[in-house]
Amino acid sequence: LKIIAAVAVTLCGAVLVYGTMDFPAWSDPASPAATHVSPHYIEKTMQETSVPNIVTAVLADYRGYDTMFETAVIFSAGIACLFLLRVFGRREDDGAMVCRHIPTGITVRIKKGRDLPDGCVEFERIDSTWVPHDIIVKNTCRLVAPFIQLFALYVVAHGHHSPGGGFQGGVIFGAAVILYSLSYNLQSATRQISERAGLLLSTTGIFIYAGTGALCLLLGSNFLNYGALAGVLGVDPVTARSHGILIVEIGVGVAVSAVMVLLFYMLASIGRLKEGL
Amino acid sequence: MIWVIEFLIMLLVLIVGIGALTVKDLLGAVILFGAYSFMMCLLWAIMGAVDVAFTEASVGAGVSTVLFVAAVFRTSRRTKD
Repeated sequence: LKIIAAVAVTLCGAVLVYGTMDFPAWSDPASPAATHVSPHYIEKTMQETSVPNIVTAVLADYRGYDTMFETAVIFSAGIACLFLLRVFGRREDDGAMVCRHIPTGITVRIKKGRDLPDGCVEFERIDSTWVPHDIIVKNTCRLVAPFIQLFALYVVAHGHHSPGGGFQGGVIFGAAVILYSLSYNLQSATRQISERAGLLLSTTGIFIYAGTGALCLLLGSNFLNYGALAGVLGVDPVTARSHGILIVEIGVGVAVSAVMVLLFYMLASIGRLKEGL
Repeated sequence: MIWVIEFLIMLLVLIVGIGALTVKDLLGAVILFGAYSFMMCLLWAIMGAVDVAFTEASVGAGVSTVLFVAAVFRTSRRTKD
């Protein structure tokens, strides 16, 4: 059976490669993709939207519907992962917790119902799987994480002028939280962004995007035609389109970062949200 | 001179892709997949699609590798076939 599969795959690949022979040459100005709307985008984007990066303008303005539903797809992927992996309520563990004495590195196991004495700061809670005493990793991640988050905000805000935008910035922001969760533990990450907050943020992101579109509709224009926001923002319609792109990108960034963090929480803790990697 | 780099990266994409499929250790496959994503990112950048390259670098080589590693840690490290 494996040989048949290999033959079939090779045949399909050969047919696909043969099909690419008929493609127009790379960067051919007479190819179908470059003759219909592309010249319009290249010539008119600057005067219609005042956005120097044509890719961002096409993604968030001319093809705003696509990007909105892409964000919705990412959101539904996060929700699907949540429903598949999340374990609600069932308690299979014995309720014990493992703590490490920070000065000596000795780990102790505390039985269910017992707790550390009040005001004891020399113990830290760790995961029950082996956790090395990693002061260098922790401090490096603690130093680096704020800069990663700042870079993510820069990527979101600067998507008009350089490569970047909501998706990339959101993913980088989520990666900073994941780095924090990996270097410390899952509990300290969920203390910063809880599961509830992640869900709320991801829906807020979608709401910002769709709400901007609906606002344009209310102001008497087409859905996601940011030129209609000129009156609300107090600028001319061309600048309003640029600002509208920024608002929408922020929505995408919030949704994507929250979904990435949620996905990591679910995968790292097998849906129990008690112990991470 | 650019075609030499392009050819090298294409070759690496092929090798790393086949390696990710054939290797028995799933963690190794994940690392190879990250390398594959990074090579694709370089290819996009060479072809001038900088936005796509940026997305590939952050999503493909960054977060998805971490998610795969988390999934491998929480399941088994060896393939059955």
